[in-house]
Amino acid sequence: MNKENTVPALDLEQDTPTEQTIEEIVASLGDTVGQTRVDNPKMSVSNVDVFYADKQAIFGVDLDIANNEVISMIGPSGCGKSTLLRCLNRMNDTIPICRVTGDITLDGEGIYSKDTDPVLLRARVGMVFQKPNPFPKSIYENVAYGPRLHGLNRNRADLDDIVVNSLRKAGIYEEVKNRLDDAGTSLSGGQQQRLCIARTIACSPEVILMDEPCSALDPIATAKIEELIDELRENYAIAIVTHSMQQAARVSQRTAYFHLGKLVEVGDTDTIFTNPRHELTENYITGRFG
Amino acid sequence: MNNDSLESTSEAIPPETTMVSDTTEKVRKSLGRRYAREKRFKLFGVIAITASLSFLAVLIISITIRGLPAFKQTFLNLDVTLDADTLDLGENPDQDALRKANYNGAIKNSLLELFPDVKKRKEKKALYKFVSNGGQYDLQAKVMADPTLIGQTINVWLPVGDDASGYLRGHIDTSVPEKKRRFKNNQITWIEELRADNKVQTKFNRTFFSRGDSREPEMAGIKGSLFGSILTLMVTLVLSFPIAVATAIYLEEFAPKNRWTDIIEVNINNLAAVPSIVFGLLGLAIFINFFNLPRSAPIVGGLVLSLMTLPTIIISARAALKSVPPSIRDAALGLGASNLQVVFHHVLPLAMPGILTGTIIGMAQALGETAPLLMIGMVAFIVDVPNALTDPATVLPVQIFQWADLPEKGFVEKTSAAIMVLLGVLIAMNAIAVLLRRKFERKW
Repeated sequence: MNKENTVPALDLEQDTPTEQTIEEIVASLGDTVGQTRVDNPKMSVSNVDVFYADKQAIFGVDLDIANNEVISMIGPSGCGKSTLLRCLNRMNDTIPICRVTGDITLDGEGIYSKDTDPVLLRARVGMVFQKPNPFPKSIYENVAYGPRLHGLNRNRADLDDIVVNSLRKAGIYEEVKNRLDDAGTSLSGGQQQRLCIARTIACSPEVILMDEPCSALDPIATAKIEELIDELRENYAIAIVTHSMQQAARVSQRTAYFHLGKLVEVGDTDTIFTNPRHELTENYITGRFG
Repeated sequence: MNNDSLESTSEAIPPETTMVSDTTEKVRKSLGRRYAREKRFKLFGVIAITASLSFLAVLIISITIRGLPAFKQTFLNLDVTLDADTLDLGENPDQDALRKANYNGAIKNSLLELFPDVKKRKEKKALYKFVSNGGQYDLQAKVMADPTLIGQTINVWLPVGDDASGYLRGHIDTSVPEKKRRFKNNQITWIEELRADNKVQTKFNRTFFSRGDSREPEMAGIKGSLFGSILTLMVTLVLSFPIAVATAIYLEEFAPKNRWTDIIEVNINNLAAVPSIVFGLLGLAIFINFFNLPRSAPIVGGLVLSLMTLPTIIISARAALKSVPPSIRDAALGLGASNLQVVFHHVLPLAMPGILTGTIIGMAQALGETAPLLMIGMVAFIVDVPNALTDPATVLPVQIFQWADLPEKGFVEKTSAAIMVLLGVLIAMNAIAVLLRRKFERKW
């Protein structure tokens, strides 16, 4: 028993004081610091609350996602950034206990309104996941799946074009062009993730959501993906959740900092990292916790 | 014990002075014990596997030794004179008359010709038993195919009766006093004479695979029950597989999680544990008495067995669907696939190997099931080979059950042989399952 006594418990997560409920802490955080709105937003989140059963995970978030821009969402584990990201293409619909209130719009149309079909929405708002998850099919089939699903191609030659173009845009074509029939799962982790990005691009989405796309990758693969994100910015609106502040600084133009389900601060990435206005943001990016 | 000793040593030394070298020493001390434990565990495993394999070997060897003779049949060579008088045939007999003709008389005459000394009624009767009762059907078939044989003497091989063939295979102990023996001394003399004349021969038993059940062991075949089993299993598979997979998909992928689905789930699990004879009673009450489906029919058997197999397949299919990683669902959903497309394009193909395993387990269970089929009349003595789902039929395990009950020596062999056929069908089914699984399995 003395074994346990020798090492004091090192709790890296910020302790939630038991006397205060999460609601009280969130209320004490105050309003979001910085500019949540942009001109001509692609997607717009207004006053969104998310609940898992009775537990509230997101508290009144306002945020815009602009065209041709990468916005990164950072914050400690469990701060709701992934939850918010998954609200943007209604992936949370698959969780029965999850409830979303507030407004999220894509090109001005509410995505949670009755006439919005989640299937169509997900074709317009693509998603790349934390763990590379190619289908256990050939590389070709992986990329061709989306276009085939939505009938984007007229014939086989069309489909071939889409596949090659998507792989090329994802910067993986040169590596796999001679083995398109190999299983997608036979690739290395970094290649798999780029294949997943190619798969997402193949559906010609307007927005790409990335949920910690590099967390399972080594630095070289990460560098390649970051380069790719930068190129993709030309054509898409991109929202990326990341745990790496360096990554946020490298790839994004705007950064949003979340804490316990509350959007604490949002602004230009340069400003946030050099001159954070909220104390929590400063603590986080200087590595004092998180 | 081990933990105690470890703790007592660690308490003896204050934690502050615990050093790396000390840890090494402790680990080294415990290593031997840890490896010994591992070795012991492996040994238990090997013992368990050896024991189960040897039991299996004993089972298979004993059944094979007992059952193999059933695949051979003893025949007796006879010159049968087919004159119209003996056969009770008039002028220009039609097919019906040919069917009803007295072939037995002709066989008896030819036996008497071989042993002219046999005069007494009792002795004659003993002699007649040399040829199986089924011999007349062989003759009948020959004559009906070619009526010109009437009036001629033909040389035929006819199946030997049960007692004689038992003797020829050494099943009859001649040291037993004659009174207690079914096969008497005079019969032994005659059959030895025939054997010396090369008139007795053992050939492959085609009857066993080409005929249905019979009261005579030498005429009894497995074909009726084998076909009955195949028809019954076909019904079971066609009904239970789609229903079970659809149920599993609905419950796992689409159904809301509420009290109703919980109740359904609990009930499915309970159904899997219901004794199979209860399903037989249910089948009797509903399918036969209420829907008036025919008794002893493979369709009813299949319906009853599907009820029994459904929960097995549903449970394994749900487990297989559950084991498909959520990342695949996310990937497909994220690309804009509808729920149904996610299931049919990705989840179901990935779950297929598991579903097939469950299905084969369920089907194997159904193949070996006897009790519920007794309740719906599939235990009847049925000679004909079933051709349709509504024909009266029996199935392999019931046939084994029936034959095991019969006293004739020939049926003892037949029972083991039928078990061999049943095991053969099982192995074939499993082989198909393995092949299918390999076909559907994908590398991650």
